[in-house]
Amino acid sequence: MEQIELTGIRKSYGKERAVQNLDLTVNPGDFLTILGPSGCGKTTTLRAIAGLEEPDEGEIRFGEKVVFSRRQGVIIPPESRNVGFIFQSYALWPHMTVEQNITLALKEKRLSRNEVESRLLKSLEMVQMEAYRKRYPSELSGGQQQRVAVSRLIALQSEILLMDEPLSNLDAKLRTEMRAELKRLHRELEATTVYVTHDQTEALTLSDIVVVMNKGLMIQRGTPYDIYHHPQSLFVAEFIGDPRINFFKGMLVSKGERRYLDCKEFLLPFNKELPSNSGVVIAAVRPESILLSYEDRKDWIKVELKSIQPTGANTILQVQIGKVEITLMQPGFIRMNLEESLWIKFDSESLNFFSEETERNLNI
Amino acid sequence: MTSNSFLSEERSPIFSRSNLTYFLYKLVNRPHLILGAICLFVLSFLVLTPLLEIIRDSLSIQSYDIAYLPDAKIGEFSLFHFERVFTGPLSKALLINPLLNSIAIGICVTLIGVSIGTVFAWLIVRTNIRFKGFFGALAVVPYMMPSWVLALAWLSLFKNDRIGGAEGMFTYFFGIQPPNWISYGFFPIVICLSLHYYAYGYLLMSGALASVDSELEDAGAICGMNRRQRMWRITVPLLLPALGSAIVLTFIRILGTFGTPALLGLPVRFYTFSTQIYASLNASNNGDAYVLALVLIVTAITCIWINNRVLGVRKSFVTLTGKGFRSREIDLGTWRWIATIGVGLFLSATVFLPLVILLWESLIIVPGEYSLSNITLEYWIGDGSIDVVYGEPGVFQSDNILSSLWNSIRLGLSAAVFNGIIGLLVGYAVVRGRGTHLSKWLEGIAFAPYIFPSIAFGAIYIGMFSTSWGPVPALYGTFTILVLITIVKNLPFTSRTGIAAMLQIDNSIEETARVQGIGWFKRMVRIVIPLSFSGLVSGMLLTFITAMRELSLIILLISPSNMVLTGLLFNYNEQDMAQHAGAVTLLLTFIIISGSIIARMISGGFGLSALKNS
Ligand SMILES: Nc1ncnc2c1ncn2[C@@H]1O[C@H](COP(=O)(O)OP(=O)(O)O)[C@@H](O)[C@H]1O
Ligand SMILES: [Mg+2]
Repeated sequence: MEQIELTGIRKSYGKERAVQNLDLTVNPGDFLTILGPSGCGKTTTLRAIAGLEEPDEGEIRFGEKVVFSRRQGVIIPPESRNVGFIFQSYALWPHMTVEQNITLALKEKRLSRNEVESRLLKSLEMVQMEAYRKRYPSELSGGQQQRVAVSRLIALQSEILLMDEPLSNLDAKLRTEMRAELKRLHRELEATTVYVTHDQTEALTLSDIVVVMNKGLMIQRGTPYDIYHHPQSLFVAEFIGDPRINFFKGMLVSKGERRYLDCKEFLLPFNKELPSNSGVVIAAVRPESILLSYEDRKDWIKVELKSIQPTGANTILQVQIGKVEITLMQPGFIRMNLEESLWIKFDSESLNFFSEETERNLNI
Repeated sequence: MTSNSFLSEERSPIFSRSNLTYFLYKLVNRPHLILGAICLFVLSFLVLTPLLEIIRDSLSIQSYDIAYLPDAKIGEFSLFHFERVFTGPLSKALLINPLLNSIAIGICVTLIGVSIGTVFAWLIVRTNIRFKGFFGALAVVPYMMPSWVLALAWLSLFKNDRIGGAEGMFTYFFGIQPPNWISYGFFPIVICLSLHYYAYGYLLMSGALASVDSELEDAGAICGMNRRQRMWRITVPLLLPALGSAIVLTFIRILGTFGTPALLGLPVRFYTFSTQIYASLNASNNGDAYVLALVLIVTAITCIWINNRVLGVRKSFVTLTGKGFRSREIDLGTWRWIATIGVGLFLSATVFLPLVILLWESLIIVPGEYSLSNITLEYWIGDGSIDVVYGEPGVFQSDNILSSLWNSIRLGLSAAVFNGIIGLLVGYAVVRGRGTHLSKWLEGIAFAPYIFPSIAFGAIYIGMFSTSWGPVPALYGTFTILVLITIVKNLPFTSRTGIAAMLQIDNSIEETARVQGIGWFKRMVRIVIPLSFSGLVSGMLLTFITAMRELSLIILLISPSNMVLTGLLFNYNEQDMAQHAGAVTLLLTFIIISGSIIARMISGGFGLSALKNS
């Protein structure tokens, strides 16, 4: 297990700044996911760790060992970094059998024949591909190719594993399956892993730590729980969560004892200390945190149902108060008519408040 | 997020040790850069220095000029050569007439050849004509045969008595002397070249036609266009770029072609640009030859430039539609059989007939006597006693021929191997370095030999390698110079195949090997070369064929010490030894065609199924 530490990494392509001053530490044995929209610099970061890309500035260390430093003038080439890397395209060598794909690098390292054979068998076994060792990649399905790429990675026994959207070429069902498999593998291999994806579900399900990036900058770092429940900026709040989080804009007001966020059409309850200079505030609430009732109750808000989309385990409802649209998610397969009336209630504990000006979480 | 930007902002001075090691590391980290720099250096030397050399020689007084200018100092700057060619009294004979002849021939042959090639391509690719596969294979055979095979056959058919020597078959069978304009000069040159270069047009156009999606035409039909409108509004505009390239490329090749104009033009003092360069060099007026070569190069560059200006923007039309297109066959109806018979006859006349004529020619004892009683195998296996004039033994007995044959095969093989390797390295350096200046320059320099018409390129190499040049010894008359010039002249094709093959290999295929700790050399051997193998083999095959049948390029560079079959054949013809010329041509054609069949078998048999990655 090894720690990965990036300090002050910058990388530009011409005028385009792919990564801007990134500091990132991956603790030994952690599964860290870099999450962000396409083009935000995830791949660049990962390739810089592997040595396939040279940053313009900064330093990268594996444990105590400096593998890249602009200041000290050190570049350890990828050949000598001993990391495992899975490419989006799997990058299997099409002219070699599964077995040759896995053993080429091992033979290059001049391992004994017994060692090569035992690593081959073990790594194939771990991905349940023992039966396919003589096949060519073109004779395998996408999922099987993926497994071969993983087993090639396992056989190398690197202490650092890097994966660039390894599941994005698979269909939805296989993806769920491979996700579970990758998680199991990480536990067994105990290697420090950096995983890059734009898919929030992968990030939330797999990781110990999630790092959200946007436009070459790290926006937030935290556990999946933190990232989901306490997004530190509007961008993270909006990027994470499906269906999308609800935003309401308004002014904080106090009426006697009670305090509200006045959203014109309705009032949101607010039971904390009022910040002194809050200005216009944006409240964010997850669709599943809004309570729903089929009958009128005291202090509940009446809404109009606009659309209803059951997805099987859950149902997504679009409702409206005046001109404000709200998305709700309820467990179960709900069947009802659009004419029926509904009442909702906001749970003040699940609300996050952001300053409109800075787009940052007010943490109140 | 704690930022320690003050650390990274703080730069060490430019020439500090850390900066130096950093750039060294950076360089070592990019093997394609080192490779590209080496390739660029070597290729610049082989391509650009010769050009600069002849520009310098043509602008200064040379030893052979002293006859005209007794007072001048050798090496002195002078416009003497340019004045001679452009404004002197000889200008008409040296420049104007050959230039006009070459351009007239170029235009006629291009029009006829590209038209025939395009019609054939359309018939074979898009209609339901019969025997498609067979015709398709046959149509490229003229391309593999030396271009002057037809000229030799023409002479056998139509030689008349004006020049001396034996007369041709036409006279023998019909008892009439064909007029001079049929036997020699402009007319037969145009016919023979057209019947050779249509194959070139066919190759380019069939590729383009096959990649035009016929759904595009169907879309036109849905919009209410009739057949003619679809043809002129959709298909033709889509093909225009390919057609433009076909025309320009054919035209440039014809400008530089030597064999046919020499065989059919020189006997009646009909000069084209290429034969005039040859004549000037033979008369030791190298300066004139260099100036003419420069004019030819400028003409070629102008053609390419015009083509790019007019059609450049549309270049990528045809390649845009990738896979998955459908091509529907057009039903020719009753024309189907007429077209089949027409194409069949034409192909037999251009492929088989010349070979049959040359075979016959090689079998007769007394030239010009085509009766069955006059047939012998002496010119193939005899010891020379039958040849009253020179006593030259038959093909399989003559040391002369066998050593030239060996030289030709050696030339073909070594050029193919070297070109394969260089194509691979250049392709690798260009593709991996995409976006860098080095990559662009390398690609450009590798294409540069294309714009040098063959004969001009030969002239350049004489100028360059007739004396020792730095560490390079004088190479004139050596086998090495033939290999060298063949390699360089074929660079545009091999580097194209190399680049195309390399583009097939995704960067990640190699990067994944890098992160697994596999070094550069091993990556090349285990991954890059196997994956580009079949592409490289077809590039090498092309080089082999071109090298074996090449005359224009090397005619100026051969001497008895490095004689190859094509040169020998040219000599036989000049000495009116038609039997030997015919026999040698057949031998050459046989080797080229069997060589290409073998190469196809090798590259086809190489686990292609494994390469089709899903
Ligand atoms: N080789 C390259 N040349 C030029 N621009 C690049 C290159 N690689 C990445 N970029 C640019 O850098 C930015 C970040 O790219 P990347 O790291 O691949 O994003 P991500 O993996 O998050 O989608 C993008 O805007 C992309 O266009
Ligand atoms: Mg990416």
